[in-house]
Parts: sequence; structure tokens; C-alpha cells
Amino acid sequence: MQNKSWKPWAMMAPSLSAVFLLLVIPVCFIVVYSFWLRAPTGADIPAFQFGNYAKFFEDFFYPSILIRTIRVALETVALCLVMGYIPAYFFYRSETRHKSLLLLLIMLPFWISFIIRTLSWINILGETGLINHLLLKFGILNEPLSLLYNEGAVLLGLIQYLLPFMILNVYVSLEGIDKSLLEAARSLGCTEWQAFREVTLPLSLPGVSAGCLLVFVLTAGTYLPPMILGGPGNDMIANLIFKRVIGTLDWPFGSAISVLLLALLGVIVFTYNRYLGINQVFKSLSS
Amino acid sequence: MSEITKNTEGSSAAPAAEDASAPHMPPVKPPMVQFKGILKKFGKVLAVEKTDLDIEEGSLVTLLGPSGCGKTTLLRMVAGLETPTEGDIFIKGKRINDVPIHQRNLGMIFQNYALFPHKSIYDNVAFGLKYRKIPKEEIREKVLRALEMVRLPGVEKRMPGQLSGGQQQRIALARAIVIEPDVLLMDEPLSALDENLREDMRREIDNLQQMLGVTTIFVTHDQREALSMSDKIVVMKNGKKQQEGVPEEVYNRPANHFVADFLGHSNFTSAVVQGREGNFVKVELETGNILLADAPGDWKEGEEVEVVVRAQRFEAMLQEEFSPDGQTNYFEGKIRDRSYMGGEVSYFIDMAGGKEVHVISMMRSRIYGIGNDVVVQVAPEHCHLLPLE
Ligand SMILES: Nc1ncnc2c1ncn2[C@@H]1O[C@H](COP(=O)(O)OP(=O)(O)OP(=O)(O)O)[C@@H](O)[C@H]1O
Ligand SMILES: [Mg+2]
Repeated sequence: MQNKSWKPWAMMAPSLSAVFLLLVIPVCFIVVYSFWLRAPTGADIPAFQFGNYAKFFEDFFYPSILIRTIRVALETVALCLVMGYIPAYFFYRSETRHKSLLLLLIMLPFWISFIIRTLSWINILGETGLINHLLLKFGILNEPLSLLYNEGAVLLGLIQYLLPFMILNVYVSLEGIDKSLLEAARSLGCTEWQAFREVTLPLSLPGVSAGCLLVFVLTAGTYLPPMILGGPGNDMIANLIFKRVIGTLDWPFGSAISVLLLALLGVIVFTYNRYLGINQVFKSLSS
Repeated sequence: MSEITKNTEGSSAAPAAEDASAPHMPPVKPPMVQFKGILKKFGKVLAVEKTDLDIEEGSLVTLLGPSGCGKTTLLRMVAGLETPTEGDIFIKGKRINDVPIHQRNLGMIFQNYALFPHKSIYDNVAFGLKYRKIPKEEIREKVLRALEMVRLPGVEKRMPGQLSGGQQQRIALARAIVIEPDVLLMDEPLSALDENLREDMRREIDNLQQMLGVTTIFVTHDQREALSMSDKIVVMKNGKKQQEGVPEEVYNRPANHFVADFLGHSNFTSAVVQGREGNFVKVELETGNILLADAPGDWKEGEEVEVVVRAQRFEAMLQEEFSPDGQTNYFEGKIRDRSYMGGEVSYFIDMAGGKEVHVISMMRSRIYGIGNDVVVQVAPEHCHLLPLE
């Protein structure tokens, strides 16, 4: 029994060592750092104490950023879900022979740097940007609107980044639905809408759930859209980490925040998978 | 060719609606399903050629034919899953071309069962009833009764994934019959099942269909299925109806070469009509032999025809044991090959004129060996003539 059990491990060894080197070790460093002390001189002193964690919960300032991060992530998930399901469903129902081309179009934005795409919203939403320019030109407004540097702009930036992930996830699970199930439902007396509700929607939930999880996790860890399109009040947790580590060179505190974020996301992903995520995917595949 | 069209048109009765309107006739019940001039194109592909077909109430009609001959397309047009390019479809005398699928009251059975994987067996079977505004209590009764009918009581709490293929197909059957459909449509319902199960399931469908008396259209490319369960077989090829009739008729009196070839094992040879001899038509085979055939119809002297004889209809016996006195329709040959198939033996016999004949012999007596000189004989009533195509 024992003599064969090493085989799968041997086969996984290359990828496992890559994961170990590139992911586990850096994370371990961060965890270790999070216990260090920061001297007034700015030097980091090795130690084992929970001061950095205590500092995070000292007052409501830091936790409020964490709560905001979760709120914005949930908003992004909800918006991506609504805005992503519709095109995914459209692709699925489309009878064109060029479906792969449609999917390629979804990937197209990935060919342009994320930073450039985010920055480009400044040219659209800014005081002298496209929208304000048009509104002023046609005399609809006398004063430019301030469309930038608020949560709406941040959400916009997040959605344009994350929508393709949602669309692709939903599309893949829609495409996996046996079309004869819909025909069976229709022949048994469902209208097209009822068949969607009874068959298509529930069977696409694995994709929806995977897409939601992905969008949530990616939003929770992103810092570019709030940094470029948000105001001072729109910072998310990753912006905080960025500012502590790069701005004030406070590695121990930045590390502690990272570990907290990691733990929080870990718990969320774990519970989600337990009740909705991976299990659901397997269930729909096995039947 | 002209003979064939005559045959097929002769066997499909004139549309009943017209009969009913004739004043001197009592009103005739229209067929349950009626195709009138149905034609279906997918882009440039002609899937179904102009077809007329009547399906009587309570009958089981199979659409039989090789892959791509348009069986599924014909079935799906009844269901409303495809729209005919031309022509009309009637159910119970009512034109249904523009009736949406969900208002047609049909039961469909799919090759891959198509049970809803996320719903329990109970919810699967109850599905159609839910959309028919039936009280919950009554739904429960009907579902349990349907499960008993397919001999799967007590599975209602399980999920489809927890049942075997055969069981799933029986649930699909329960789901379709529980709504008391006007027509049951089955598209190769047995082909995903393995051989042993298929036979059981076939009989089960057959019994259930007869018990309920539900009009059924059954698509298959398996001639055994078609022959064993149909009230009527419609043989199709390249989107065109070749012949329709009861199984015995289609099997024993094939309308053309294709039907004769598709159903069972047939021997073909070309011949020239020489005249009549008693009740039989006398033809000269291409090998020079003379054959008597029991062929109703008008055959002119000198007409080129094709002779069809089923492999099972030949009798093979050793030459030394055969006395030719007073015998007709016998030919000499030598066994070139044989294959033993359990209950029967297949002989491939080289005939004197260089033709090969396939003979299937039920093993009543002994088996002849390869190289044996034999005589094969066939009764005139088992020789059919077809016009040369
Ligand atoms: N949706 C479609 N689009 C284009 N062509 C189609 C479509 N459905 C069927 N066809 C064509 O119509 C013809 C008849 O198809 P159909 O599926 O009715 O055949 P079939 O007799 O059911 O064959 P099989 O035994 O393989 O199921 C085929 O040539 C097929 O390629
Ligand atoms: Mg088919």
C-alpha cells in the first residue's frame, strides 16, 4: 500500500516546488515580518510580538478600510454578475458560427495594459474629459460634473477589469448545459422564460458561483482602480498596504495587514467552497 | 421508378379531412398526426423532402432509416422544435404549425434521457404536471402511479445521477406519459442502453404504449426494434419516404431496392420478364436460369426487373440428395464460406453463373461444410420483382 503512494507526489513535485518557492516561501516571509518591531529610527528589529496586529484594531480607522474593501468587493460582484450574465447568455444562445471570435473580443481588453485601461477613464470622466466636454458643448451643463475620484469611478474601473472573468465563467457553464434539457422542459409545458428559470439558471450556478468568487477575491486584493480613480476616502485594503510598505517603509505593519487580509480571504474562500463553490461544480459535472 | 410512386401513394390513404367532407360518407376520425406536404431545409441542405404521412390514433409508428435521412427532423417538427419550410402538420385535425412547443401537449423521450440533473426524480416526473395547474395532491398521486407503471416505485427522493441508464430512461418515460400527452415522441430512446437492457426496455415501451393506447412516433435506425414493435413502419432515405406499411408488408413486400436491402439480408439479381406461367411471372436471370416469381402487378414481356430473395427464404440441400423431378426455382452452387451464428447458419454460395448467393438456414438439420456442392431452392411466393431503378 505504501510503495505506490509516492508516485503521484513524484509527478506533482515540479509544480509543488514551484508553488512552494514562489508562493509559500514569500508568504512565510511576510508572516515572519508581521511580528517584527519597527524602531523609531526606521530600522526593523526581529521580534515576536503582536503589536502590529494590535495597532490595526487600535481604533476604527483601519478596520473601516477593511469593511469598505468588502463592501466594494460585494458591490463589484453584484454589478459584474448582472452585467456579465446577460452577454454570456447572449453568446450561449447566439447561433453564429463565430462564437470563438465573440469570446476573443471578450479577451481583447487584456491585450492593453491594465494601468492604461484604468488611466483612460480619466480622459473620459475627468473635468476636461469626454463626457464633460460633450455636456458643456451642447449646453446641457454650465459647470463640469465631478465624475472622478469617488466610489462610482472606482467601481467602474473594477468592473472593466473584472467583467471578462465573470462572462467567461458563466459562459462556460452555460455552454455545458445539455440543450435537450431545455427542449424537454419546453415540451413539458414551459414557456421560454420558465425553461430559463427552471433549467438554464440553476444549471449555470456553478459558473456564477465560480465567477463571483473570482471577482470577489480579485477585487479585495486590487489597488490600482482606487488609487487612480478613487479619492482619499476610497482607499481599499491593498492601498493601505501599499502606502505602509512603499510610502512609509513600515514593512512589519504592512505585513501584518497583508496577513489579516490573507486570513480573511482564506476563511471566505473556504466557507464559500464548502457551501457553494467547488462542491457545486463537481456535483453538476458528475450527474 | 414510376411503379414505386404508385405503390407508396396507394398505401397512404387520401387525407381523411377530405373524406369527412364527402356527403355520402359518415364522418371519419382524422388521424392523430398528419403531415401534409412537409418539407424542411436547413440552409441549402434538404433534410426532409415533400412528405405526406398519416399517423392513426393509438398506433405506434416508427421512422426507420440510416443516419442523416431526416427522421429526427421529422419528429422535431411535430414537437415544434423545428419549423417546416413548407407544408402543414395537424394534430387531431388541428393545424399546429404556429402553436408554440409548450402548448402542444406532447411527451418527448430523448436518446440521452434529458432528466433534469438538479431535480429529484419526483420533481422530474411532476415537472409537466406543475405547468398544468393540477392540485398538489393529484400531482402526487399521478407521479407515484407513473413511477409504478415504469416499475420504479420508491425512487422519488433520489437524484437522476443516482440511477442507472435504463432506470433513467424509464423515469424519462414516466415524465412523458404522466402528462397524458396526445402524442409520444421518441428519438432513438434505446440506443444509449446496452444490448441486454435494450431488449427489456423495448418490450417495456411496447407494453406501456399498448396499455395506455398513446399515439407514438418512434425514431430508430435499428430494424429489429422497428419490426418488433411497430403498427406501421415508415422507411426513409435521404429525406424521402421510401415505403410505409405494417412490418410484415414492409419486410415481405419491399417497395424498392433500398427497402429490401435495408431490412434484413436480401439477394438481388437483375432479370428480364419472359411472360406468365400460371399465377407466376417467368423471368430469365442474368445467369441464364429461369425463375418463377409470385409478383402481382403488370409486368410486360421484355421488361428489365430486379429479383429480390431474402436470405432466409432459400433452402439449401446437398446436390446428391436432391431430385430435380418436377421441381422449379433451384440452382446449383458450391459453398464458399459459412458462418455459424448460434441459432442459424449463414452460407455464401458461389452459383454456376458466377453469382454469389447468401443463404441463412435455421439449423433444423445438419450444417454443410465449405466446398460442399449444394442446390438452393426458393418458392415462387418468396421471389419479388422490382422495377429496375
Ligand atoms: N440544425 C441543423 N442544421 C443544419 N443541418 C441539419 C440540422 N439538423 C439536421 N441537419 C441535416 O439534416 C439531415 C437530416 O438530419 P436528421 O438529424 O433528421 O437525421 P437522422 O435521420 O435523425 O439521423 P441520425 O440517425 O444520425 O440521427 C442531415 O443531413 C443533417 O445534416
Ligand atoms: Mg436522429
